[in-house]
Amino acid sequence: MASAPDPAGPRPAAWAAYRAVLGSRVRARASYRIPFITDSLGAGLVGIVEFVETFLVFSATGAIGGFDVHAILLVFALAEIGFCLGDLAFGHLDSLPEYLRAGTLDIFYLRPQPLLAQLVTSDISLRRLARAAVGVVILGVALWTNAIMWTIPRAAMLVLALVCSPLIYAALFVCAAGVQFFTVNAPEMPNAFTYGGRYAAVTPASVWPGPLRIFFGFVAPVAFTGYLPALVILDLPGVGVLAQPLAWGLPLAVVSVWGIALLLWRTGVRHYQGGGG
Amino acid sequence: MTVIRTEELTRSFARKGTRRHPLARPEQLTAVDGLTLTVEAGESVGYIGANGAGKSTTIKMLVGILIPTSGTVRTCGLEPVRRRRTLAGRVGVVFGQRSALWWDLPLRDSFELLTAIHRIPAAEASARTADLVERLEMGPTLGTPVRQLSLGQRMRGEVAAALLHRPELVILDEPTIGLDVLSKQRLREFLIEQRLEHGTTLLLTTHDMGDVARLCSRVVLVDHGEMAYDGTLDGLAAQVGAERVLVVDLAEPHPDLAGLPGSRHLGSEGEGLRQRLAFDATATTAAALLAQVSARVAVVDLAIEEPDVEDVVRRVYLAQQRDG
Repeated sequence: MASAPDPAGPRPAAWAAYRAVLGSRVRARASYRIPFITDSLGAGLVGIVEFVETFLVFSATGAIGGFDVHAILLVFALAEIGFCLGDLAFGHLDSLPEYLRAGTLDIFYLRPQPLLAQLVTSDISLRRLARAAVGVVILGVALWTNAIMWTIPRAAMLVLALVCSPLIYAALFVCAAGVQFFTVNAPEMPNAFTYGGRYAAVTPASVWPGPLRIFFGFVAPVAFTGYLPALVILDLPGVGVLAQPLAWGLPLAVVSVWGIALLLWRTGVRHYQGGGG
Repeated sequence: MTVIRTEELTRSFARKGTRRHPLARPEQLTAVDGLTLTVEAGESVGYIGANGAGKSTTIKMLVGILIPTSGTVRTCGLEPVRRRRTLAGRVGVVFGQRSALWWDLPLRDSFELLTAIHRIPAAEASARTADLVERLEMGPTLGTPVRQLSLGQRMRGEVAAALLHRPELVILDEPTIGLDVLSKQRLREFLIEQRLEHGTTLLLTTHDMGDVARLCSRVVLVDHGEMAYDGTLDGLAAQVGAERVLVVDLAEPHPDLAGLPGSRHLGSEGEGLRQRLAFDATATTAAALLAQVSARVAVVDLAIEEPDVEDVVRRVYLAQQRDG
C-alpha cells in the first residue's frame, strides 16, 4: 500500500492495539494477586451455589419432560460454560451507564477504532474463569453419568454448543449495552436479557411457560445454549416448538442474535450522538 | 488550507422532564445556534464564553461525538461523524475534566498503549515520546500510576497523550483549569513551542483570559450558542474596554487614591491599607500607575487582576445592548 519505505519502520497492525490494551488489563489485574485470588474464589463459589440451587430443585421433582437429574446436569453445564465465557469477554459492557454518566465514553470517540471493539477490549473479567471451571467439572460429570451413545453428529453438537454458546451470550451483552443508551437511569433493566437469559437457560425448556419458549428459542435464543444441544446429545425429542432438529439451527441463531445485537448497538450509539447527548 | 469550517451549525437538546406525555415533543434547548466559523491551518483560536455557552457542544460536533441538528461541519476537510476514525488520527483533543490516560497504569504505559492505538511505528513513537517527556518535564513521573499524579502532572500527561500522533489540529478544552501559576506557565510555553515548530492549529476553550492573551492570535466569543465576537484580543479589549485592576497593599493607611490619571478608584479595605484601582491598559501601564501610587505612599505588595471570561462576556453583552 505505502509507496515509499518508511524510515521509521512498518506501521503496527490494527489488532496490535487491542492486544496491547487487553494485555495491560490482564497485567493490571494479575498484579493485585490477593484480590484476584479472592475474586476468583468468590466467582467459583457463586457458580457452585447456582448449581446446587438448580440441582436441588430438580432432584426433588424427579424427571421432567424426559429429563432426569443427569440430563439436567448436561443442560446446566453447557449453558453455564457459555454464559461464563461470554461474560468473561463481554460482561463489562454493563458498566456502560457509568461511562455515560461520567462522560468518559467521549474519550473512546477520540481513538481511531470502532467504539464497540474498544469497549469490549477495554477490560476482561478473568475471575469468571473460576466459575467457568466449575461448569467444566459439571460437564465432565454429566458426560460421565449420562448413558450417551456417541455418534459423530452428537460429538459435533457438543463441540458446536461449546463454541456457539459463548457467542450467543456475548451478543446478548451487546444487546443490553445498546439498550442501556436509552435506559441510563435504569441500568438493571437490560440485565433481564443477560442474567435473566442465563437463569432460564440452565433449566430444561420443558419447565418454561409457552411464551417463554418462543422468547428464549427465537428472540433471545438461550435455548440453543443448553437445552437444544442436550436434546441431540441425549437423543431426546424435546418439547413443543423446541424439538430436537431445531438444535442444528444453532449457527443460524448465532448469526441472527448478532444481527439484532449490532442493530441495537448502532441504534443506541446514534441515540447518544443525536438525541441524548 | 482550512482546518475547521462550520456553516450555520446548530445543535439542540431535549430538555429532561419537559415531556408532558410519552408521545409529546420535549422542550428543546439550543446549545449552539447558527455558528459559522472558519479556522485556517496554523491559526491559534481562543474559543471563549460563559459556562453553558455551547463551547463543549461545538467541540463534540467538530470531532464527531455529536451529530449536528442542522448546518454543516468539516474538520480537516472531513465530515466528523462519518469519518470519525480517520479524523481521530488527525486531531488531538484534551478534555480537561476527562482523562484519556489509564488510571491504574504508570504514565509510561498509557503512552505505549496510545502508540499502539494510533499505530505509530516503533522508532517514530519512541522519539516522539522522548521529546514530549523532556519538554513537559515528565521524566520523574513516568513510572507513577496516573491516579497518584498531581493535577498539574496529570494535565501535562494528557497534553502529551493528545499530541503523541502529531495531530494537525489540537483542541484543548479548559487545559489550565485548576492549575497553579507555574504549571500554567510551563504548559503555555510548551504549546507556543509546538506551534512554532510544527505549525499546529490550536483551538482552545478557557475561562482564563491569560491563556488567550498568551496563546491565541484570534478570539471567538460565544454567548448562548451564538457568536458574539470574532477578531483579535486587542479588538475585543477595544470593544469592551481593557480595564485591568491594580491591587496595592500599602505600608500605612492612606486616604482613597482617587483621581490618579488614567485610573479609577474601585474601593479600599482595612482603612485604606489595601486599595483597588482600575486602569485602561491601552491608555496607561501598570508600571506608570504604580509609580504614581509609590510617589504618594510606600507600597508593600501588589497584584494585577486580569478580567475573567465571564466578565468580558457580560461587558460585550452590555455594550451590544447599549448600541442596539
